[in-house]
Amino acid sequence: MTAEMPSSIDETEVLLAQGGYIGDRALATVLFLSLKMGRPLFLEGEAGVGKTEIAKVLSATLGRELIRLQCYEGLDVSSAVYEWNYASQMIDIRLAEASGDKDRTSIERSIYSERHLIRRPVLQALSGESGRAPVFLIDELDRADEAFEAYLLEVLSDFQVTIPELGTIKAKEPPLVIITTNRTREIHDALKRRCLYHWVDYPDAARELQIIEQKVPRANGRLAKELVAYVQKLRTIDLFKSPGIAETLDWASALTELDKVAIDPETVSQTIGVLLKYHDDISRIQGSEGKKLLDEVKASLAGAAA
Amino acid sequence: MSAEVISLNDHANEHGRLADNIVFFARALRHAGLRLGPASVADSIKAVLAAGIGSRDDFYWTLHCVLVKRREDRLVFDETFRLFWKSRELVEKLLAMFSPVAPDTREKQKKRAGENRAEGALFSGHEKRIEPEAVPEIDVDARFTVSEREVLRDKDFAQMNAKEIAAAKRAIQEFALPFDEVRTRRFIQNNSGRRVDPRSTMRAAMRMGGEMILPRFRAPKTVHPPLVVIADISGSMSQYSRMFLHFMHAIMEKRRRVHSFVFGTRLTNLSRQLAKRDPDEALDLCAGKVRDWSGGTRIGETLKEFNLNWSRRVLSQGAVVILITDGLERDDTEELARQADRLNKSCRRLIWLNPLLRYDGFEAKARGVKALLPFVDEFRPSHSLNALQDLCYALSANRPQRQHDPRQWMRSIEKDLK
Repeated sequence: MTAEMPSSIDETEVLLAQGGYIGDRALATVLFLSLKMGRPLFLEGEAGVGKTEIAKVLSATLGRELIRLQCYEGLDVSSAVYEWNYASQMIDIRLAEASGDKDRTSIERSIYSERHLIRRPVLQALSGESGRAPVFLIDELDRADEAFEAYLLEVLSDFQVTIPELGTIKAKEPPLVIITTNRTREIHDALKRRCLYHWVDYPDAARELQIIEQKVPRANGRLAKELVAYVQKLRTIDLFKSPGIAETLDWASALTELDKVAIDPETVSQTIGVLLKYHDDISRIQGSEGKKLLDEVKASLAGAAA
Repeated sequence: MSAEVISLNDHANEHGRLADNIVFFARALRHAGLRLGPASVADSIKAVLAAGIGSRDDFYWTLHCVLVKRREDRLVFDETFRLFWKSRELVEKLLAMFSPVAPDTREKQKKRAGENRAEGALFSGHEKRIEPEAVPEIDVDARFTVSEREVLRDKDFAQMNAKEIAAAKRAIQEFALPFDEVRTRRFIQNNSGRRVDPRSTMRAAMRMGGEMILPRFRAPKTVHPPLVVIADISGSMSQYSRMFLHFMHAIMEKRRRVHSFVFGTRLTNLSRQLAKRDPDEALDLCAGKVRDWSGGTRIGETLKEFNLNWSRRVLSQGAVVILITDGLERDDTEELARQADRLNKSCRRLIWLNPLLRYDGFEAKARGVKALLPFVDEFRPSHSLNALQDLCYALSANRPQRQHDPRQWMRSIEKDLK
């Protein structure tokens, strides 16, 4: 079943909350505008801050189908948009031959008919019915090459694709498009211009704590507070890769599984691999700097409690 | 940000000024360096109409999502928004600007990032005039010297003449890097290819009415990998800066996916500036952007900055990195080695061009050189660089390969130590 589209920023905030996504007002604003104006939403941010999750929540709460296109280098029209079923086409040709059909146009029409068309994600996204347009997630667009990005221009501005043998297919209702990128490559301005842009940032301490409470409900209250403060502290120093929310959640569940109720230097150094994924960063935190950070975090928490 | 409500309700009628103000606001942003076309201005008005006027915060984010397209622009947007949509402060500022100057007794606050650009965009033409001090011009050839001092200087480049442009074009046309083709996972039609191309086979068959189905073939497409040029423009290399910029500009015209950086004591990304078609215009923009012409060198620090902030954004899809520097480093060479190692691991090929090699005298003795050598894939020394042609020649593929092996140079160091 499909839910109503939100009609204000407040309603969008409620919608996100229903889906279990704890976002800020800025995100709700952009999301509302994207739905209202029918524009693709362009989400940029570090890995693990919950970009893809936004699309999933949107599809779940609005009750729309989620069509996901994972981009990779070499993604081309035949795996992203459409492909012909060549085997069945050839059988059709032989059948036509056997039945004595010599008329070229009629053979061509039957060969290139929708029967033989294999719909890939882009085409699927454009074939939604009115009022039930799917959520179309184009994930990690920066991994696809520029040629594909250029192809998307037509899709995203007019919501149509052209198949030479069949004609132009236009969406009855444009899908709700969400594009995510990790910035491993700059996306061209022409594509960005067609979208609403939002930089998904790391959450602040209060919001991160809320997220942990919701996603890892078994985590001890004190533990959650301490680990959020620690992760927030880590993000302020110049690490090669700061931990994202996904890492925080993993760490919270790891520590919960280990029955920890507070973090201490030993636990940190044993489980740091859940949080940091680069050797340089890990060796830095395992040295004296990590101990100092932890002490600072504990001191500031104690100060806040007193 | 405070959630005060902007009282625009009285302006919501047809005589309202909101749309005008948004247009002015967008123009201010454009002056501050954001790339905004008329379409985004129209969009922002549409967006405000769609979202309705609510709190100041909502209004901020509504304009933000339409007008900001790059993360770097957020600070400038934030400052401009603060200055523009806070009418009281604006009026005060304007009054202060036009009234006779009273001595400012307030404590000076440090300017926020982006504030300068935002103010410049809003109050251009009303800046207090500051007479430039006459600086005596001293021209020193600082080759083979190192300095860790950070000297910030402006630079003015001589314009290119037509002959130079023609020569540069020729040089770049003939220029080919070694290992400069990579196979992609995309296919193009190629009759000597090994895989059957079903789509084109069917099309060809239909052209003959389906009588005969003859296979067509395809082969993987090859492209140039992305290229990243990082050039040293510190004092010891200053006589080459102009040539480096021309090289970067010419190569950006010839191929796509090129990123250009220069560094002295800090790293500057010049890719956007050099994308201008006209070389003189591009160089002028660069001269304005870079603050540390002919200053000191901090190679290790620069590489660290590159690794941290840029490597993940420009080195994807197997980039080739050309590092142009004399390798004379005064700072910690351990840091330099560490960062060079990281850079080497995150790119397809690291080519080091050293333009200051005196052929007979050069021995890789400088500490910076010793730190860098183990981590480059190719070491391309050059003893004279007088024109773009020399630079292209030093980097090109059709030179003997053996002398570019960094190990050979390292062996000669070891021999010297014994």
